[in-house]
Amino acid sequence: MKKLLSALAISLMGFTGTTALADYPERPVMMMVSYGAGGATDFQARIVTMTAGNEDALGMPIAIINKPGAGGRVGWNWFATEADKDGYTLAAYNIPHFIAQSIKGGVDYSADSFEPIANWGADPAVFVVGKDSEFNSMADVVDFAKANPGKLTFSGAGLFVGHHIAALQIEKAAGVKMAYIPTKGGGSAAMKAVIAGDVLGGVNNLSDAYRAVQAGSIKILGVADLERNAFLPDVPTMKEQGLDVDNASVNFRGVMVPKGTPQEVIDQLAATVPEMFAHKKVAGKMKQGGSPMHIMTRDEVKAMWAARQTTLEELLKGL
Amino acid sequence: MEFIYYFGEVFTPISMLLLIGGTIGGLILGATPGLSPTMAVALLIPFTFHLSAVHGLILLGAAYTSTVAGGAVSAILLKIPGAPANIATTLDGHAMALKGEGAKALQLSFISSLFGGVFGVFLLIFLTPVLAEWALAFGPSHLFWLAILGVTVIGSLESNSVVKGLLSGCIGMWLATIGFDDMLGVKRFVFHSSLGGGVNIIPALIGLFAIPQVITMFANGRFDQDFERIEVQKHPIGDAFREVFKRMRALSIGTITGSIIGLIPGVGGQIAGLVSYDQAKKFSPEKAKFGTGHSEGVIAAEAANNAMVGPSLVPLLTLSIPGSPTAAVLLGGLLIHGIFPGVDLFENHPEVAWPFINSMLIGQILMCIFGIYIASFAARVAQVPKSVMAATVLGLALFGSYAVQQSMGDVYVMAVLGTMMFFLERFGFSAAPLVLGLILGPIAESNFVQGSMIANAQNGPMSYFFSGTLNIVLIAVVVVSIGYSAWSELSARKVAQ
Repeated sequence: MKKLLSALAISLMGFTGTTALADYPERPVMMMVSYGAGGATDFQARIVTMTAGNEDALGMPIAIINKPGAGGRVGWNWFATEADKDGYTLAAYNIPHFIAQSIKGGVDYSADSFEPIANWGADPAVFVVGKDSEFNSMADVVDFAKANPGKLTFSGAGLFVGHHIAALQIEKAAGVKMAYIPTKGGGSAAMKAVIAGDVLGGVNNLSDAYRAVQAGSIKILGVADLERNAFLPDVPTMKEQGLDVDNASVNFRGVMVPKGTPQEVIDQLAATVPEMFAHKKVAGKMKQGGSPMHIMTRDEVKAMWAARQTTLEELLKGL
Repeated sequence: MEFIYYFGEVFTPISMLLLIGGTIGGLILGATPGLSPTMAVALLIPFTFHLSAVHGLILLGAAYTSTVAGGAVSAILLKIPGAPANIATTLDGHAMALKGEGAKALQLSFISSLFGGVFGVFLLIFLTPVLAEWALAFGPSHLFWLAILGVTVIGSLESNSVVKGLLSGCIGMWLATIGFDDMLGVKRFVFHSSLGGGVNIIPALIGLFAIPQVITMFANGRFDQDFERIEVQKHPIGDAFREVFKRMRALSIGTITGSIIGLIPGVGGQIAGLVSYDQAKKFSPEKAKFGTGHSEGVIAAEAANNAMVGPSLVPLLTLSIPGSPTAAVLLGGLLIHGIFPGVDLFENHPEVAWPFINSMLIGQILMCIFGIYIASFAARVAQVPKSVMAATVLGLALFGSYAVQQSMGDVYVMAVLGTMMFFLERFGFSAAPLVLGLILGPIAESNFVQGSMIANAQNGPMSYFFSGTLNIVLIAVVVVSIGYSAWSELSARKVAQ
């Protein structure tokens, strides 16, 4: 009887032992967004995680917490150094921001500090000018910049973010010197500067620029991506206009966990999260909000991170 | 007058329920230190996922209006401004509460919020296209001068000494330089990882105002067993209305200044209350009474911070640019329902846009009614024994500064700044000018840097910062403001001699 009981106990222990992981997640999961509430990343993170509680997704809700500051550095520093590595703490990543920041230095993280899970969105940078601007194509912009070196002012949301990368790439591709004006207060402050005529042009998010075009206040001259965007089928890419600019500045957003998270948890998340993003309710809300979706699996994201690392290292070398 | 047709949508049972719920909830959230209007609206966004567009926005509109007004409750009763908008309210409001006039101060604040708020929303309804141009007119050079204008207010906020006021402002401006600088990409004064993002304004606000009080209360508590009971005076509501109308000058200065400043993207909400308070003081024949529990101070500050609500949405609704953090959160609330704000918002989605604006009108009235109801018993806070009060305020301060971004770092910042402020107060410095420095520093700096970058690409800084009508007008106002302060200081000295 004793033997039987102990055998039973051992088998039960084994049972609970395996189910502990199989049951992941058994409580709500937290996701850190390193930008403020109401920003594009926060807004999209809330939409793409809204179905997490469904049985076919995680079965547990995902709660968003914001740790904004210093262009995302505060949140990612916290995530790399202090976050629990148990799979209950996820974070949103923004590429190229965090990789560019880590190359520039002064932060506690690099691409090796995190494990990607899946990508949900891709918001390319676009070049915008005011609605009454004399510029009607990237060629006009480049011609002006060639005739007036360093005099073409154009805004973007801070340094070492997608906008800044696109600005550097455009300058490099056209072989011109322009005056990049970083603004405090994100993409909307940079957009305001363009609409108000404080600057001659600007680099901004496709999603925000799309809304501003609908509002009739700007013109979009080019998309810094490999292909034209479904939201703006009439706007040519930089490449089509003779500027050798790839998709290194596209703002990819997705989910990651800190390095050291159990492999089983990573595998489980990598399997379920992309499907969660693909939920039609999520896709519908994202489309309504003018936010371009781009779902990528863990392996695809890994490759993308590695490619960005190389491109950005080269681009930022001279700075 | 199209908006009148859409009042029907606001008076349906569900909308009314949301309005009332949003208003009461907003008042409570606003009264909690640390839960700023931006936070409160952000907390409500997930609920609107499940509501229709109209209902979601009615809820958000009601919550936005009432959180701004609710911040006055903690500002008056506890001397902790719930958000930067309520800093000016502490100056006279808390002094009134200490005299036992807490109920009166709250009534005045809600009534003047109602007037300011309704005026602001009417501006939004009738003058949006004109106002949108005005909002765009402010470029980096103008915002820089506007911040300098704010700096001139610093000296006169401190009642006993201009020099100490300016010094407090300088400390605030230095604190504002801490952190990663996004314009130049450098680290400044970051000695600990929790300072990487700089000093967050809300924890700083809580620490600077609450902690010195807590320390003083604990220090006196032992000898304060039978402290003088503050007689809480009942105050009939009719008298409050009469008082507000008698103070027409303060009410109109607050309302007009608040609406104008509220319009300017990126600046408005935080300084509207302080600038209006200062203007009301300068125009008042009873200047000396300001800071001692004078009703004009409360009326001007609270009329201003609610007057700013309507105009602050102009850049969002017409240009699709959120002009303030709260507007950015509201933009999310619109986008989630596929509504793109822009000039044709009122043509494409009148069934959503108008009820949203109407809900802010009705919300103001509900806010005033419920606020006055709260005032009738909230004023008893003054009778709570100091020891209980000290513990409660400390608890609220810890909760409030942690809640901003779930960060213990902010709690440390709050505690350190608060302790520092306790000692500074002993030397005659005060918290309001310090916080104003903290708010204005980054505005002045970033616009100066940005303006210089643009200027260097054009004709140089001299012509960029010193030419153009708006620049010259702002510089003139700065000169007048400094000159006036110097003149009144000198003449006050003569009188003293």
